[in-house]
Amino acid sequence: MAGVTQPVTDNTFTEEVLKSKVPVLVDFWAEWCGPCKMVAPVLEEIAAEHGDKLRIVKLNIDENPQTARQYQILSIPTMAVFVNGEVDKSIVGAKPKAALLRDLSAYI
Amino acid sequence: MTTTEVENFPGFPEGIQGPELMDGMRRQAERFGAELIADDVTAVDLRADPKIITVEDRTYLAHTVIIATGSAYRKLGLEDEDRLLGRGVSACATCDGFFFRDQDILVVGGGDSALEEATFLTRFGRSITVIHRRNRLRASAIMQQRAIANDKIRFRWNAEVVAVLGADRVTGVQVRDTVTGEIDEIDASGLFVAIGHEPRTELVRGQLDLDAAGYVVVEHPSTRTNLPGVFACGDVVDHIYRQAITAAGTGCAAALDAERHLAAREDEAGQTPRAPAEAVAS
Repeated sequence: MAGVTQPVTDNTFTEEVLKSKVPVLVDFWAEWCGPCKMVAPVLEEIAAEHGDKLRIVKLNIDENPQTARQYQILSIPTMAVFVNGEVDKSIVGAKPKAALLRDLSAYI
Repeated sequence: MTTTEVENFPGFPEGIQGPELMDGMRRQAERFGAELIADDVTAVDLRADPKIITVEDRTYLAHTVIIATGSAYRKLGLEDEDRLLGRGVSACATCDGFFFRDQDILVVGGGDSALEEATFLTRFGRSITVIHRRNRLRASAIMQQRAIANDKIRFRWNAEVVAVLGADRVTGVQVRDTVTGEIDEIDASGLFVAIGHEPRTELVRGQLDLDAAGYVVVEHPSTRTNLPGVFACGDVVDHIYRQAITAAGTGCAAALDAERHLAAREDEAGQTPRAPAEAVAS
């Protein structure tokens, strides 16, 4: 699915996320996760509308187990907001757009 | 809606992914002019005329309202359950089972969904312990046979989870024996809660008639509630069938009921008569 949210990998994580100047929301997802598919288009919309303040990227946990393990992801979707290389907020589970925007109001 | 695979929706012989089915329904409704607003309703006044629907910063007025809020996973209702959500506590085995490879997993519940989750989790876990408050299961015979025949699944009968243990992630639970009252601990890194569903009727409580379990009462076979112009459909009404297709079916019924209600209302008000229908040759 082409969109505004770019994929990141174990290899690009440091550069793309940890060293980012703007806050980055990382969507930890997998192909077999129904709720992940539900929340993906919502994140696309948020990225399109607020991409200047909050970058949104997605990390496939099947293909990138190292990063998922490092951040102790035990449930997906987990949407973790990284600020200056640290997890600043972690949202677990799919939510409607309005609820996500509320959760992310500090960043957008 | 967290269902991944829908296997029994008519017209999809190979099954379909839940989100894909929802997306199709959405686009189909839009093709006929439905306007969809994704937002959380925070309050309703269904007795007012017109009825008032409030989302956080906006109010909508309507002559008819269809309540289709569905049901949500029932939680254990323990303090540490929320704190450890996503840190070992899960309500979705298909989403999160993957993370508990070769670990000890607990499943709470005694119905079909609990055993289905337990059976699914044997793909990943080292051991699966089903914790149930009684000494017999509610689940169907076939699900029971399948679970009991599985070497990885064991049962902890007459046990009620009273606390979830763990600082940063789940390390186990505390259970109370429902017969002797004895307290015991079970070690595990994953806790899957499958103790059924609750209708999401908080919004309409006090306005609509609800049954003892909290489901909206309708005048079967219609979808009429106790308030004129308010209809209800899907899992917020139905705790018996609870299938995607039965929910969709009652959704159609509710739409027709709402349409008829509006037409009758217009007639009563003596407003511009509706254009006579053209004869259709067939």
